[in-house]
Amino acid sequence: MDFPFLLSTMKALLAATPTTLGLFSLSIFFGGLLALLIVTMRVSNNIVARNFAKGYIFVFRGSPLLIQMFLVFYGLGQFGVIRHSFVWPALREPFVCAVLSLALCTGGYSAEIFRSGLRAVPPGEVEAARAAGMSGFLLLRRIIAPIAFRHALPAYSTEIVLMVKSTALASLVTVWEITGVAQRLISQTYRTMEVFMCAAALYLILNFLILQVLALIEHRLNRHDRRPAERKPSVLSAFFGSRA
Amino acid sequence: MSATPRLSVRNIRKSFGAHEVLRGISLDAHDGDVISVLGASGSGKSTFLRCINLLETADDGDIVVNGEEITMKTTSHGRSAASRKQLDRIRTNLGMVFQSFNLWSHMTILENIIEGPVHVQKRPRAECVAEAEALLEKVGIADRKDYYPAHLSGGQKQRAAIARSLAMKPKVILFDEPTSALDPELVGEVLRVMRDLAAEKMTMLVVTHEMGFARNVSNRVIFMREGQIDCDGTPQDMFGGKGSPYFQQFIRHMETENDAA
Repeated sequence: MDFPFLLSTMKALLAATPTTLGLFSLSIFFGGLLALLIVTMRVSNNIVARNFAKGYIFVFRGSPLLIQMFLVFYGLGQFGVIRHSFVWPALREPFVCAVLSLALCTGGYSAEIFRSGLRAVPPGEVEAARAAGMSGFLLLRRIIAPIAFRHALPAYSTEIVLMVKSTALASLVTVWEITGVAQRLISQTYRTMEVFMCAAALYLILNFLILQVLALIEHRLNRHDRRPAERKPSVLSAFFGSRA
Repeated sequence: MSATPRLSVRNIRKSFGAHEVLRGISLDAHDGDVISVLGASGSGKSTFLRCINLLETADDGDIVVNGEEITMKTTSHGRSAASRKQLDRIRTNLGMVFQSFNLWSHMTILENIIEGPVHVQKRPRAECVAEAEALLEKVGIADRKDYYPAHLSGGQKQRAAIARSLAMKPKVILFDEPTSALDPELVGEVLRVMRDLAAEKMTMLVVTHEMGFARNVSNRVIFMREGQIDCDGTPQDMFGGKGSPYFQQFIRHMETENDAA
């Protein structure tokens, strides 16, 4: 095996990793905000808002992300209104287009994930909160959102991992992230196997780290599902028994 | 008897579709009253209780808590409270204890109890924690304060739920079949807490199937039938044969049920 080549390939790909992480974190951030807006519309009593959200989710879940990205990157420039507007300097940038389409897409998926979390909130616990004088944002912040988020987290973790991988598509709109750089290296060296193996390993490492963080969050948030003894593992409890 | 009742309900009506569940119910609860609401299932007693704090909105009628009437409005969406703010404030004066406890599953018992005082009533946290610990002591689960609801027995959960409603210092507590979801051997510990509250002159409205509680603890018994108050009176009168024939039949039925079990 040609270790010096693998090493230099890894170095080149690592240099592109910040771009991948940038695409990922910005699209998760803006996609998450968008999802909150869409899910609010989706569960609202306003029929126009509700149907708009339904349509949005259908379109962005039902069509390929790659086509959405091409439409944003190649398509938007065709409209003079956009080309001559203040957003054009940003939309001309491949990176911005990639983040925009990734965020628009994950916004649809995440909205559905958040909605499933909302549906899992026990109505009785909401009633108890209302009976205690909570309503509006206080009720949402203290009771509904924390419970819904706990239910949504496993599915949302999957969406987050999918987004790490989806950033690879940005290479097709000329963003030099990990996959894009890998393809450039291959076109220069014709060593497909080694380069793509390095790229795949890098994605695996990224996702491994991200999944660890998510598992930690999930573990912390699910304290209420564990037995008290499991909650505070203590050497002493093995000798003297748990408090319970 | 004080001049203004703690709770006054005037001519409450409620229909679900074509089915009229409540057909004009009125009731006054004065300071220290413990009123048991009895009735067969489907007689509307739980709906009646839920209409009092507007978990269900009555189609007609007034609710007055401690002399303050809940203002209502009628829009194209139906009838609702006119002021969210007023409703929230009045609800803090109306404790509610549910059949299925409805403790907040993501909070410890202590967090459940201080939630309302800290976040709704905006009282200092340290003061609320001290009070909550005293309340947990009182209902006998002080050692469970750092547990989550999932790790408590039904009886402990219901006692925690009672402590949660007491923490708001309500004027009246509404109990919606508080022992119906409990294993028989856990009923006693919840009834004991309720009996202590009654002895402390807490005003209580209790929808229940516990004949012993109605007979021995409450000072007034109301029997509901087909969405109306069929008869009411002191437990002595009601259980001493002065209730309506329907009520006599109901208690005979409850007794045979108990014998069968």
